[in-house]
Amino acid sequence: MGMMKIFKRKKIQGIDDTHYLTLKEEIRISKENNKIIRQFERRKARRNVDESEYLTQMRDPSNVVEFDELHTYFYTEVGTVKAVNGVSFDIPEGKIIGVVGESGCGKSVTSLSLMQLVQAPQGQIVSGSIRYKASDGKCYDVTKMPTSEMLKIRGKDIAMIFQEPMTSLNPVFRIGEQMDEVVLLHDSSATPESARKRSIEMLNLVGIAMADKVYSSYPHELSGGMRQRVMIAMALSCDPRLIIADEPTTALDVTIQAQILDLLRSVMNRINGSIMLITHDLGVIAEMADEVVVMYAGRIIEKGSVREIFHNPRHPYTIGLMKSKPGKATQGERLYSIKGQVPNPINMPDHCYFYNRCDHRMEICSKAYPEMLQFSPTHFSSCYLYDENKVGDTKNVKESE
Amino acid sequence: MENDKKDMNDNILVVNNLKKYYPVSRLSFGTKAFVKAVDDVSLSIKRGTTMGLVGESGCGKTTIGRTILRLHEVTGGQVLFDGIDLAKIPTRKLRKMRPQMQMIFQDPYSSLSPRLPIGEIIGEAVRDHKIVPKSEYRQYIVKVMKDCGLQPQYFYRYPHEFSGGQRQRISIARAVALKPRFIICDEPVSALDVSIQSQIINLMMDLQEQFGYTYLFISHDLSVVEHISDTIGVMYLGSMVETGDKKLVFSNPMHPYTKALLSAVPVSDPDIKMNRIILKGDIPSPVNPPSGCKFRTRCQSCMKICSEKVPVLKEYEKGHSVACHLYSEN
Repeated sequence: MGMMKIFKRKKIQGIDDTHYLTLKEEIRISKENNKIIRQFERRKARRNVDESEYLTQMRDPSNVVEFDELHTYFYTEVGTVKAVNGVSFDIPEGKIIGVVGESGCGKSVTSLSLMQLVQAPQGQIVSGSIRYKASDGKCYDVTKMPTSEMLKIRGKDIAMIFQEPMTSLNPVFRIGEQMDEVVLLHDSSATPESARKRSIEMLNLVGIAMADKVYSSYPHELSGGMRQRVMIAMALSCDPRLIIADEPTTALDVTIQAQILDLLRSVMNRINGSIMLITHDLGVIAEMADEVVVMYAGRIIEKGSVREIFHNPRHPYTIGLMKSKPGKATQGERLYSIKGQVPNPINMPDHCYFYNRCDHRMEICSKAYPEMLQFSPTHFSSCYLYDENKVGDTKNVKESE
Repeated sequence: MENDKKDMNDNILVVNNLKKYYPVSRLSFGTKAFVKAVDDVSLSIKRGTTMGLVGESGCGKTTIGRTILRLHEVTGGQVLFDGIDLAKIPTRKLRKMRPQMQMIFQDPYSSLSPRLPIGEIIGEAVRDHKIVPKSEYRQYIVKVMKDCGLQPQYFYRYPHEFSGGQRQRISIARAVALKPRFIICDEPVSALDVSIQSQIINLMMDLQEQFGYTYLFISHDLSVVEHISDTIGVMYLGSMVETGDKKLVFSNPMHPYTKALLSAVPVSDPDIKMNRIILKGDIPSPVNPPSGCKFRTRCQSCMKICSEKVPVLKEYEKGHSVACHLYSEN
């Protein structure tokens, strides 16, 4: 790759924003970025960090997790990718929060930041905080927590279900061994026998018929739906307070998807936990979520209750997403499509990121990034269309709705 | 176009009792086992229309597509393309016919050669099959690229420089460049985001309107299939369980599997609560399918006869056929 880039390539204007760098530039950028990365890593590697450094207060005690102006960047050799660029939202207790967005919009990185699982050393949480309320009432700032402390929370209080169950289960260990490990690690009083009992109980809970048999089989012997059930069972085995489900049904068929969503909902009611459901499928969100967060290019562009988002979407991107979904109403007609593509993540513009794809763009949109506007106690969106102090051309949008 | 309208009643493709078995080795001597990926499937597609093929993964819908084009050899049955049996004709003749039937693959990341520039990916087969005279070659490729929403400047670029949606446009351009009449689309939009997905669907429908293509649209996404197709085939474990006009199948699904499949699609409206039929268990192994009706292990209205007799596809209303014992009694 390095050799290829010695040849200077012309940038073609107006076609796309792909940037070609010379080798010299690339070396300069990686040197700078390495310096930054080293600072972050040094900070993380400190030992015996005092608890007071990462103890905070929740803004609202009914929340489990609060994201506050989270910035997670990736320092690559071709530039800095601002994967999450100022994200704030809350996850209340006992609620399902849906996070929607296209691939590359930062929805997975947001959840990985919460788990401290961002690919290091390139990926770093640069600023902002993620406040987490533990079961003993203490509040921690996950971004400042040392890894040794995080180990106690990760997998126990906050569990994660990944998109592709085949790659997230270890192929060389039996299901049982992998499940027991979770229990033995987090529960100091557990014995191998009690762990086994617990694992089989969990497998039964997620509706696996022959739990004993599945307990002693390998991941490849199970179907996709079964594997995802095992993942859910594993996530549940330590009674988590929050489950992060990152595209839990994307790799599955519709009939199996219905089974898994049904299971997630019933399980959540049983343990009274919260779910952060990440998906690009608006149908799944409509069905599962209580509150919805819509992300675009690393920022939240709209958030609100599920009814507000689906019945009264405000941001042109959300409206476009709803309209571009094929279905009964659209048969035979042309589908609405949002033209163009997401801007290059390395060189994000200063103005609204949706500017080049928006149907309702105005002059002001090419200036500063719009602020979050409030429409109801729960409904927020960042778009100049609704800003009455600015050029409020709301007529335009109503017509398109 | 006029010609097409005249032949509207003509079927461009008729598939009769198509079978595709894959041998699997067994440990015991003498016994041969087969995965019956496609087992006795018949279908027909009218000129200029789109047939949607739906089903869960592993139900054989991709295998059908590939077997029709004879990318896999046929085990048994007929594939009549314009009256010519593709399953029987020698490969040399088949090669001559290839430009008329093309395929668009699911994954735009693995179906384009990373070593060829876009112009060559689209143009290689055009040159090989002598679709246009040499002097017009370059202009023709540029025209095809424009038709598919690709800028002519991309001619010398490589696939890695493009996003998923653009790559799928390249795959479409590659298929369209050969002036085909029949295109098999194997999950062309499954790997794409919603906003890009609608761009590609629109492009495919525009091209169909403009050039009168016939599509076999294979997908597991029912909302996409509902949008794009004229007729629908529902497959389960290698067999066709229900087929017919799109409107009839979607408004009045008859087979219990189709009912469950349609009810499982999430609706993007938080106030509509679907009366969901949740199927128990997984698809049985295709090596050892259940006797009689293959769906009986997961069916809610399973009867005694279902384990004894294989149901056959029968027409119950005009343009709507079902293979289920529930309807054969009356």
